[in-house]
Amino acid sequence: MSGPSLETRDLTKTFGRFTAVDGLNLRIEGTKCVGFLGPNGAGKTTTLKLLTDLIFPTRGECLIDGIPVRKDRKSALARCGVLIESPEVYPSLTPYQALEMVADLRDLAPAERRRRIPESLEEVKMTEWADKKVGKFSKGMKQRINIAAALVHDPQILILDEPATGLDPRGMAEVRDIVRSLKRRDRLILMSSHILPEVTDVCDEVALINRGRLLFHETLDAVTARFNSAGATVDATFARPVSDGDVDRRVGTLPGVSRVERLDGRRLRLHLPPGLEQEASLLKALAVLDLGLVSFQESKSALEEVYLSQIERGD
Amino acid sequence: MATATPTDSGPAPGRADLGLPSSAVQSVRLARYQFRDYLNSRRFILMLAIVAALGAIFTALVGYFRPAALLSTPDTFYGALWANGVPIVIVFAGVIFGGDAIAGEFQNRTGYFLMGLPVRRAAVYAGKYLAALAAALISVLAFAAILIGNGVFYFGIDALPLAFLASLLLAIAYLLALLGATFLFSSLFKTSTYAVLVVAVLFIFGFGILQSVVTGLVKIEPWFLISYASPVIGYPFASSLPAHVTVMRAASGAVVDTLYAPTYLEGIGIMLGYFLLTAVGGLALFEREEFS
Repeated sequence: MSGPSLETRDLTKTFGRFTAVDGLNLRIEGTKCVGFLGPNGAGKTTTLKLLTDLIFPTRGECLIDGIPVRKDRKSALARCGVLIESPEVYPSLTPYQALEMVADLRDLAPAERRRRIPESLEEVKMTEWADKKVGKFSKGMKQRINIAAALVHDPQILILDEPATGLDPRGMAEVRDIVRSLKRRDRLILMSSHILPEVTDVCDEVALINRGRLLFHETLDAVTARFNSAGATVDATFARPVSDGDVDRRVGTLPGVSRVERLDGRRLRLHLPPGLEQEASLLKALAVLDLGLVSFQESKSALEEVYLSQIERGD
Repeated sequence: MATATPTDSGPAPGRADLGLPSSAVQSVRLARYQFRDYLNSRRFILMLAIVAALGAIFTALVGYFRPAALLSTPDTFYGALWANGVPIVIVFAGVIFGGDAIAGEFQNRTGYFLMGLPVRRAAVYAGKYLAALAAALISVLAFAAILIGNGVFYFGIDALPLAFLASLLLAIAYLLALLGATFLFSSLFKTSTYAVLVVAVLFIFGFGILQSVVTGLVKIEPWFLISYASPVIGYPFASSLPAHVTVMRAASGAVVDTLYAPTYLEGIGIMLGYFLLTAVGGLALFEREEFS
């Protein structure tokens, strides 16, 4: 028994003298959500385009469910929903017709089509626009149609290239909800994103690339553990200004606090040993000091910390 | 590296279980949506306007001047108006529907939508070709309807010659070839404007000029030019076919000019050859084009 899978083997893509993807070996198998991270120009979109046969490798190969994409794109993409680089739908079609076209090309049975098309439109909150021509839609609305088109056949595998591009904050939250709902339905999702909180929120694993090379591919838990072994920093915000005396005598002497930085009159950054228990104890202690604590949060997420350190090391 | 997690989602299906339609079926289905897109587009209205304008000019000229030679028989009428008018309609239809058919997929980014689906590139190419062919065919039939309307006015309802059917089939063959060629040129570009411009200049002026240069200056038969095949469309109406080669001499006996007219076989061969070669060439180009 094997679940859905995505794999790149020694994947290399050059554009003239520029190497966009450099010997990338990545294997993702099972039902999970993998965040595909990297700075601008790292090779994320190029990799996803290679995976979906939009562009062709200079060397190496891509496999979906074990099927080589270059040799048989039709079979390889059969169980995939793909959203890459905010595509455009034929402007004279309505969202319903666009999804009908996708359903037709995928040979969805009429009953399933009647059920899935309205469901997909509802999932991206485009039901009321279903019969309007796509040509006049905003970028965000078009992106919602693209997401619906990727979902209409209830795919086993989803390849999403920055799916929240062009969406307003509500749209971004809806994309996260869609991804969470797909996870509950046992799907394999590979999603590139620049938004680290989004990745932290929905992904089980992260793969980080820079300059076309894979820096690491780990579970989010492993990333958190790695970060926490080096100690943590939290930002505390108070309702009123905290005096220097309070910082030195009351906050700085709390158990576990190794250093206190003042960010401004009402905000402090506290350094403490690794571990969530340490953070919990500190929160409790700060609350009883009666300094007007109003918020307490990690100054950088574990993912952000690891992301920045790995990218800096690579540079 | 993360460890792969076993899942309960079942094995990946075998290729036979993927439940996709054949590529031929996908082409036809894609063509249906493309055709719908053409019907709703301004370019279709533009094409119909060109057909209407051409039909109106022909109707007005014949109606005003009533040329006796032209109106002597249905064959001379259709042989002059249809055989000379339909290649113009076909060239415009080719430019308007085929000029940016492939290039537009790159520039308008609709290709990213289509190529994320499990379809072979050949199916996309064929589907787009079929849609353009259907839209162009409607234009040709609209032009035919205008001329038949005129023919019925002058000769009565029973006077439509059987030769018209043969000529229509030849016109469709010419359309197949010319559209194939526009698709080939469209596959060379990723920018609609360049593609349409090149195709328009080439097909509206380029081939005509080239044919004049080849016959007038190089003095060879232009069997390799698609435009050379178009007179064959009028042959079914002719009582006798033109000489294949006509050598014009001065009184001294020196050759002044040589005129070429394609034979039936040559004309049909050129159309067929263009259709096959441009289909293979255009598809080969599209197969290698990257959506980068």
